[in-house]
Amino acid sequence: MNVLTPSTLDEALRHRAEFPDALPIQGGTDVMVDVNFDRARPETVINLNRVEELQGWRRDNGSLWLGAALSYTDVITSELASVVPALAEASRTVGSPPIRNRGTIGGNVATASPAGDALPPRLVEGAEVLLASTRAQRRLPLADFLVGPKTNALASDELIVGVRLTPCGQPQTFMKVGPRNAMVIAICSIALVADRERDELRAAFGSAGPVAGLITAPLSERSTFAEAVSNAASPIDDVRGTATYRRHALRVLVGRAMDRCLG
Amino acid sequence: MLRDRLGLPGSKNACEQGECGSCAVLLDDELVCSCLVLAAQSEGRSVVTVEGLRNGDILHPVQQAFIDAGAVQCGFCTPGLIVAAVDLLRHQPDPSEDEIREALAGNLCRCTGYAKIIDAVKLAATAGGGST
Ligand SMILES: Cc1cc2nc3c(=O)[nH]c(=O)nc-3n(C[C@H](O)[C@H](O)[C@H](O)COP(=O)(O)OP(=O)(O)OC[C@H]3O[C@@H](n4cnc5c(N)ncnc54)[C@H](O)[C@@H]3O)c2cc1C
Ligand code: FES
Ligand code: FES
Repeated sequence: MNVLTPSTLDEALRHRAEFPDALPIQGGTDVMVDVNFDRARPETVINLNRVEELQGWRRDNGSLWLGAALSYTDVITSELASVVPALAEASRTVGSPPIRNRGTIGGNVATASPAGDALPPRLVEGAEVLLASTRAQRRLPLADFLVGPKTNALASDELIVGVRLTPCGQPQTFMKVGPRNAMVIAICSIALVADRERDELRAAFGSAGPVAGLITAPLSERSTFAEAVSNAASPIDDVRGTATYRRHALRVLVGRAMDRCLG
Repeated sequence: MLRDRLGLPGSKNACEQGECGSCAVLLDDELVCSCLVLAAQSEGRSVVTVEGLRNGDILHPVQQAFIDAGAVQCGFCTPGLIVAAVDLLRHQPDPSEDEIREALAGNLCRCTGYAKIIDAVKLAATAGGGST
């Protein structure tokens, strides 16, 4: 295996253009599992750990830029925990401390798992994915970037630079159902915002359809919203749970999340 | 790399999927599962395995506490747990039981039932395990 370790975004994008089959790796918490189990045998990997432009986060005219290399631990232990609280709650449920230290919110977007815990909190905040290649830069709403289970809209010469969102500052929460408090792939999950400013309830579910999905309604529809979210999902039966259980759990979670956010 | 090339068998090679924590090391002072880090990604960075914690012949207070509390049975999980406990005590020298459980949630032990492991971390905390 040939490992390229670029130190700038430009250099990384040039590698990406030159080796379209090379696999980018950031925290490795998805990539290395595939490598260790022989599900992926990349001839070349592009190690993004030293690319400065993907690190950290910043405020930009009221919006928030989160670098692709931001780890879950970064989200939980920084000021971000109060700026994007649902994302921080979700981050705290990911794996275990060593997984949270290495796993990144950019890797979570690229993997595009229906169960990606960092996805619902960003859907309810209207996040856009910022993409770059040697050809151009573009931005896509997160909902459009997530194409299907483990498929995304990334071109073979592109990298995710980060995501941008405008924190609404409204009551929000994240909830996840699983057999344990740690090391759990969600049976289902939701992120919910009760946005009094825009008179809107926004919920996004995980592990209850081919991609994480967003549902909105006016605050006046509170009494039917849990049912609406549950109906909008398209869960399947799998080893973790049945479709019927997932629909039921979504109803319960949305009800509890509304209680938590609206009292 | 750590075990076969560098001869450091402390970190275990078990699940290879980040689930068991028996391969835990400190990479630039950050707790990671070494099975999920390419050797090339650690180039130019410090890697501390369980072997690197003791000071000469003197065991690290966390290592000593695991022995004193009887937290080791077969010992397979022990190196990873010790590294994770050292990481916890560096960030939180006086952890509550919940904090200990959350910090060690990524380490599986098939033998002890965890109670003695929690005792060992508490013992290490009183012995000042966070200061080294
Ligand atoms: C034990 C364990 C527990 C886990 N628990 C959870 C959990 O509870 N919830 C959850 O959501 N996930 C969980 N995961 C999955 C994983 O940790 C997350 O999806 C994580 O966010 C992946 O980030 P990473 O940086 O490690 O990605 P990597 O493994 O480095 O990469 C993942 C994918 O993204 C691509 N990629 C990475 N960075 C970029 C970039 N900048 N541009 C383009 N492509 C890129 C890679 O090519 C690869 O396809 C777990 C994994 C393990 C091993
Ligand atoms: S071998 Fe690395 S976590 Fe199990
Ligand atoms: S002592 Fe045997 S696995 Fe923990």
